[in-house]
Amino acid sequence: MSVRLRYFAWVRERIGKPEEVIETPSGIQTVSELMAWLASRGEEYAYAFENPHVIRAAIDHRHVRSDAAIKGAGEIAFFPPMTGG
Amino acid sequence: MQREPFDAAAEAATLTLGRSDIGAVVTFTGICRGVEGDEPIAALTLEHYPGMAESEIERHVAEAADRWPLLGVTVIHRHGRITPGEDIVLVVTASSHREAAFAAAEFLMDYLKTHAPFWKKVEKSGSKAWVDAKATDHAAAERWTASRKRETAE
Repeated sequence: MSVRLRYFAWVRERIGKPEEVIETPSGIQTVSELMAWLASRGEEYAYAFENPHVIRAAIDHRHVRSDAAIKGAGEIAFFPPMTGG
Repeated sequence: MQREPFDAAAEAATLTLGRSDIGAVVTFTGICRGVEGDEPIAALTLEHYPGMAESEIERHVAEAADRWPLLGVTVIHRHGRITPGEDIVLVVTASSHREAAFAAAEFLMDYLKTHAPFWKKVEKSGSKAWVDAKATDHAAAERWTASRKRETAE
C-alpha cells in the first residue's frame, strides 16, 4: 500500500523535501512505528525524527496521536507543534 | 486563507449588513510585532498546510457555533511573508449579546494558535529561526476542553 507523506516547517527542512510517496513497509501499523522506520532511512530522517515525542502527526488532514493506526491512510503529515494565530 | 492583507472593518460590516438581530460583534486582529524579547524582527514567514488549515478552521468554527448562539463568524489567516505592523489573523464573531461573541472569539483564537497547521519562522538581523510553541498557548486552549468536559458531565 502506498501513502503520501508530507513534512512541514523544520521537519521539512531537516528531511530536505516537502513530500514523498512511499510503500508502507510490512509490520508498520502505527504513526510512532512509521516515525521510527523513517528515522532509520538516513541521517536527514534521523535528524528530523530525533525527538519523535515533539513531532505532531495528521492523517488525511485530521490530527492524530502517535499510537493511531495508519491502515487506510492516504496522506500522513509530520510537523512540529503549531505556532499560528 | 490568503496571502493578501485584509480589511477588518469591512469584514465586520459584511457580517452585519442588512441585519437587525445582531447585537454584538467582536473583531480580533493579530498583528506582527516588531520586537520579540529584546530583539527587533525583520519579518515573519507563515507556512501552512493547505487543505488541513481550512478544514481545521472550519471544524473549530462549527464547534464554536455549537457552543455559543452565534449569528455569524469570519476567520481569515494569512500566510507567506509578513512584516512588523501587518495583520496576520482576523476573527470576527457576531451574536445577539456580547458574552457569546467575546467567548467564541477567544475560543477560536486559542484553538487557531495550537491546532491550526501554521508555523511561524522569524527573521531577525541575518538569522532565521522557527518560533517555538508556547506552553501558555496550550494551557489557554486546554481550558476550553476542560470546560466542555464539565458541561458534558453535567
